[in-house]
Formats: sequence, structure tokens, C-alpha cells
Amino acid sequence: MSFAQAIGDWHALAVLFIAGVVPNQIWRMLGLWFGGGIDEGSELLVWVRAVATAILAGVIAQIVVQPPGALASVPDVLRYGAVGAGLVVFLLTRRSIFAGVVTGEVFMLAGKWWLG
Amino acid sequence: MALPPLNSPQWNSPWRAFAWGLRSITQTILTIVLFVTYLGIGALAHDTHFSLLWALCSTLFVWAGPAQIILITTLGSGATIIQSAIAVTVSAIRLFPMVVSVLPLMRTPKTKRRELIFAAHLTAVTLWVECHRFLPQVPRERRIAFVHGLGCGLVSVCLVANTVGYFLAANLTQTLGAAILLLTPLSFLFSTARNSREVADVVALVLGIVLYPLASKMNSGLDILVSGVVAGTIAYGVHWWREVRA
Repeated sequence: MSFAQAIGDWHALAVLFIAGVVPNQIWRMLGLWFGGGIDEGSELLVWVRAVATAILAGVIAQIVVQPPGALASVPDVLRYGAVGAGLVVFLLTRRSIFAGVVTGEVFMLAGKWWLG
Repeated sequence: MALPPLNSPQWNSPWRAFAWGLRSITQTILTIVLFVTYLGIGALAHDTHFSLLWALCSTLFVWAGPAQIILITTLGSGATIIQSAIAVTVSAIRLFPMVVSVLPLMRTPKTKRRELIFAAHLTAVTLWVECHRFLPQVPRERRIAFVHGLGCGLVSVCLVANTVGYFLAANLTQTLGAAILLLTPLSFLFSTARNSREVADVVALVLGIVLYPLASKMNSGLDILVSGVVAGTIAYGVHWWREVRA
């Protein structure tokens, strides 16, 4: 990778600030500004948190269902199986993130090796 | 490593307090979870054709894993700037109550608002959890310095992880590259599931995953938003229904 590739183009960095930094940072600064007057258990925040969780869930699904880059080389059944196996172990180990991630990875790698 | 007692002269200097905050990153498993997550984000940025500088800037200036993943995947799959910005901002709303609830832990009657700007920037789920754990052991007038140290330590770990993940994705065999990309959905799925304490959270997570493939069939470019708002609203309905019956 060359130096120029590591930097990338300025257009992409501008997009990062407009689509990423500003829409994200605005909530922290609003919290700093208006902190104190909001009830953490209010109904509006419950709905907002549910939508935010579901959007993140959608992104997780998107990466597995329409995988980017090298992940696209893994057959569907192995990607879904890895997430499923990780989830089972996560639940069995009383919600150990580490155990779930390791199981998913081992499942995918073992499957790739077994399929050749 | 135990923090010094509250009345120790160790706390007299804000720089010492910063250093204790920095060292505290070794005291939590969440540092490893963050490292793995940001390894995945670095690899994802590479395979979605963003530059390394872009990935590092997103970590420095966005500093919220979910927002970064949403930004990379939506822009990478051809969404417009507006569509990405909406998805990012919805995911970031949760930062508002976090900042609101964490800053009073650091504030003294003499604290000015601008002294809290950097601490507000550093606030994300990991820091929020750790503040509630560590800050009772830190004298109030040194808490801002301590949080700056803790936050800078966590950001540094993630910048290193981004760089390592980026180069691994560029140089590894296809299978190992795929393994690193798989870290992102796995670590986010399990850390979100772990934080889901109420039924509404679980319903939102499960429905959000199930509805996305359906929403993507519409090819509207707003797939993530559509499935997120529908699944989140149904989850809220479940929460509301349980409250009414209770």
C-alpha cells in the first residue's frame, strides 16, 4: 500500500464528517448542553433506544447476509452457522461475549477447512 | 492494580490522575472486546475501499463503534450521504442519555461546561460502564483528568486495532481475512445481547435481524432505516403493552 492509498481522497474524508462525525457528535453536545432535564426512563427514550438497537441489528444482518470483501468467499451456510453456533455458546455460557465470538470464528474456519 | 485510597497524595496532581486513568484500561475485559471490534472495523474499512487515514479519523472523531459500522456499510453499499447521516444519527441518539447521566459524576460546583467537552466526546458505552465502576474510587476534583486518561487509553487501543485490522485484511489469505470481517457482526451481536436487560431490547435485536432481509428486498436504499424503525416500534409496543398490563 502506498502513502497516497493510506491517505485516500479528501472527498471521502469530507463525507466522513458530514455523514458520520456531525450526526453522531450532535447528541453528545446536546447531552452536555441540556443535561439534567431529561428523565432517563422516559417513554420517548425507550422508543429511541429500541429503534437504535434494531438499526444496529439490521447492520449485523446486512454484514452476514450481503457480506463485504473477503467474507463473501464464505458459503452462506457457514456464515449463518457460525453466528448460530456462537449464539448457542453465548447463551450456554451465561452471556460470555468472548466464548461466543471464539465459537463463531472456530466454526467458520473449521467449516472452510473441512469443505476444502 | 488497585487505585490509591481517596485521601492519598497520589491524587494531588491531575497528571497523576490522568496516568491512573490510562492504566485502568488494563483492568477491564471490555478493552479486549473493543480491540476485537476495532480490528474488525479496520478490516471492514479496508474491504469496503476506505483509506487507513479515513478509518483512523472515524475512530478519533466519531468514537462510537455502531455509528462507524453503520457509516461504513451504508456508504459502502451505495447509500447517499443523507441516508447514511440519518442512520448514523439515529444510532447516536443513545449517546444523549449516556452523556446526561455520566457528566454529573465528574462535575463539581466550580466545573465549567467547557471543561467537560472532551469527557462528553469520550463518552460511549464502554467508558460509560467503566465510569460507574471506577469513579467512586477517584476523588471528585480529579475525576475529569482520570476520565481523560481512561478515554485516551481506550482510543489509543482502538487506533492500533484499526491499523492492525486494516493491514491484516490487506495481506492475509482470503479465509483469514473473512475471519477478521466476521469479528464485527459477532462482537456486536453478543455485546448488544449482553446489554439487553429489558424485553423491548431483546425484541428489537431479534426483529431487527429478522426484518432486515425482508426490507432489503424492497431495494429502497433505506432498508436499514425501514427495518430499524418497524422493528424498534414493534419492540416499543411490546414494552408499552407490558407496562399497561402491569
